[in-house]
Amino acid sequence: MKQLKITNLKTKKMTSPAYPITKDNDGRSIWRFLMSELRPKGKWLTPFNIISIPIMLLGLGLIVFRFVNGIGSVTNLTQETPWGIWIGFDVVTGVAFAGGAYVLTFMVYILKMNKYHSIVRITVLNGFLAYVFYAGALLLDLGRPWNVINPIIGNSFGTSSVLFLVAWHFMLYMLAELIEFSPAIAEWLGAKRAHKILSGMTIAAVIFGITLSTLHQSGLGALYLMAKDKIHPLWYSEFIPVLFLVSSIFAGLSMVIFEGTISHKVFSSQISEKNHKAEKGILHGLSKICAGAMFAYFFLQLLVFIHGKNWDLLNTPMGYWYLFEMIGFVLVPMILFFYSYRTNNIFLIRLAAILTMLGIILNRLNVSVIGFKWDAATHYYPSWMEIVVTLAVIFTEIWIFRWVINRMPVLRESPKWAKEAKH
Amino acid sequence: MNIDRRFFFKTAGLIGVSLAAGKSFGANPSENNEIEFRGILYDASRCVGCQECEKACAKAHELPEPEDEVKVGVLRKTSEKQRCVINLYNTSKGETFFRNQCMHCNEPACAAACLTQAMHKTKEGPVIWRGDKCMGCRYCMVSCPFDVPKFEYLSANPKIQKCDMCYDRISKGEKPTCVEACPGEAVISGTRRELLAEARKRMAENPGTYVDQIYGETAAGGTGYLYLSPAPFKEVGFNPKIQDSSYPALSKGFLYSVPSVFVLLPTLLLGIHEATKNNQSKDEEND
Repeated sequence: MKQLKITNLKTKKMTSPAYPITKDNDGRSIWRFLMSELRPKGKWLTPFNIISIPIMLLGLGLIVFRFVNGIGSVTNLTQETPWGIWIGFDVVTGVAFAGGAYVLTFMVYILKMNKYHSIVRITVLNGFLAYVFYAGALLLDLGRPWNVINPIIGNSFGTSSVLFLVAWHFMLYMLAELIEFSPAIAEWLGAKRAHKILSGMTIAAVIFGITLSTLHQSGLGALYLMAKDKIHPLWYSEFIPVLFLVSSIFAGLSMVIFEGTISHKVFSSQISEKNHKAEKGILHGLSKICAGAMFAYFFLQLLVFIHGKNWDLLNTPMGYWYLFEMIGFVLVPMILFFYSYRTNNIFLIRLAAILTMLGIILNRLNVSVIGFKWDAATHYYPSWMEIVVTLAVIFTEIWIFRWVINRMPVLRESPKWAKEAKH
Repeated sequence: MNIDRRFFFKTAGLIGVSLAAGKSFGANPSENNEIEFRGILYDASRCVGCQECEKACAKAHELPEPEDEVKVGVLRKTSEKQRCVINLYNTSKGETFFRNQCMHCNEPACAAACLTQAMHKTKEGPVIWRGDKCMGCRYCMVSCPFDVPKFEYLSANPKIQKCDMCYDRISKGEKPTCVEACPGEAVISGTRRELLAEARKRMAENPGTYVDQIYGETAAGGTGYLYLSPAPFKEVGFNPKIQDSSYPALSKGFLYSVPSVFVLLPTLLLGIHEATKNNQSKDEEND
């Protein structure tokens, strides 16, 4: 009891005027500072805003409508196809794209590939927001969202469920990514002591985060293991978890390449001369890793295909679709990555990254939506409202992403005191 | 032999724990023997398609009474408003009525899928849905090989609808309402073992009446609902892709690997982290 009081006192002290969260904020209080930071910076009638604002408002309206009238009022979901694009795209695909964070933290903090240090923060931020928003989109898809705390509080633990594992991992991984990113927040607030504590937690969070990622990236695939009779045999195998895990490596890195390309244009002024110059080398290195991971993935897919003995299925419409995915969006970008790495062609790296991302979207949708109940009399396709809500979720994420980058040292150099503290 | 105090306590503790655990493991099966899974046997050769079971089911679970007619060529499906359906199929053995509802699997995929155990295999056998736990994720619907759980898509407080074998009646020792309503004894209830024996008896006493299979004996690892049919089961609406082994077993391998990954991977990562520490200091010197 006594100890509790002391810690209470300590926490109080940290925020009390005796230990102010200092920043060069002209003596303004922290609340004033936060309020001023909430205001938009710069022009806000940009083309992106003009497109995104109406979609976000419409999406918000649809979400309200959905909670009043039920999921069926906005989606095309049926009793046979209970999961649509809100799961198949928002969650299953979105999380694969967020895989860049665990791959990069592995490279930088575990393997000490310091070349990539300058892009860790933005990748972790991207991953964190992806989890918050795309896993958060899961709430929209829950019929009884008020019970979402049940698996946490133990109104019962469904430990035999893959979804139980995935849900817990999502939550814990969000926490791990928040810790990985938190030094940037501390630098923004000028909280020196918090910065020291939080920075010290990075390695633990990274190791924990990589383990969680390994398990839930594969877990997303394992979700579909019990739907054996429902998924087209070209996409169903007992190796879905492994395939999902391996593909999340290059899915995440392609996202890093894609997002980096855009950030270097949009937030150009925030990036230091040194990091601008380093970009080429980073892309070069990433393309090499992507090519290697894709080779492993393609080889695995080939083994799974031969193991499945589904040769006769190739000469069907779904077979052509399968070949389209495997050749057009795995083999071709893989060769492009190899080639662009050999020839040092940045444009081709970016092209390969975009093709790879399309391939990941295709693959995840083929498992979760297109190949799911492919033989049913009436097939599910998303309603316009499902698409609008999905876009609204993505746009909101980009808004928050931009808000953070414009305020916290993500692309920018850390303040001097934070750098000195490291040594 | 040299036994020190610590070793003694360790060993004694281990033996004690394993004895206690062994005892409780040993005790479980005998307890389970007292309660056997109950089930229902549907005999298609005795069903006349009167729909009395459908009506009784609707009444018992406060659902609208089904009004559509049973006829050949129209496939009626269970829905969020109807937990069991009778259909009339044109088969190689002539027209046959056939009934569908939850199969109450011995190892239900829906219950294995459920992250809150809202879908629950009771010790009496029925698989039931519990609204106070369910968060409406519909993973049970994705996983169920028979497509049984139905979701109320047009409700702000949606429920999962499926046959619960009248669990409240069964736990009071009564028969499920459809069994009571059936005028021709086409559906009978009992323990799964009794029903299998009864089905075999009927097959032996009426040679040529039934196909040589009790559906549900092995399908999906065995189900609480058992069927006798004069026509092959794939002609009366059963998905021939349904496997004989249990569905939860499909994700068992993955789930079993989780604890080992959770222990081994962080150790490995920490090891690499320690091993590469020197690289970093070298790099920093170069900077």
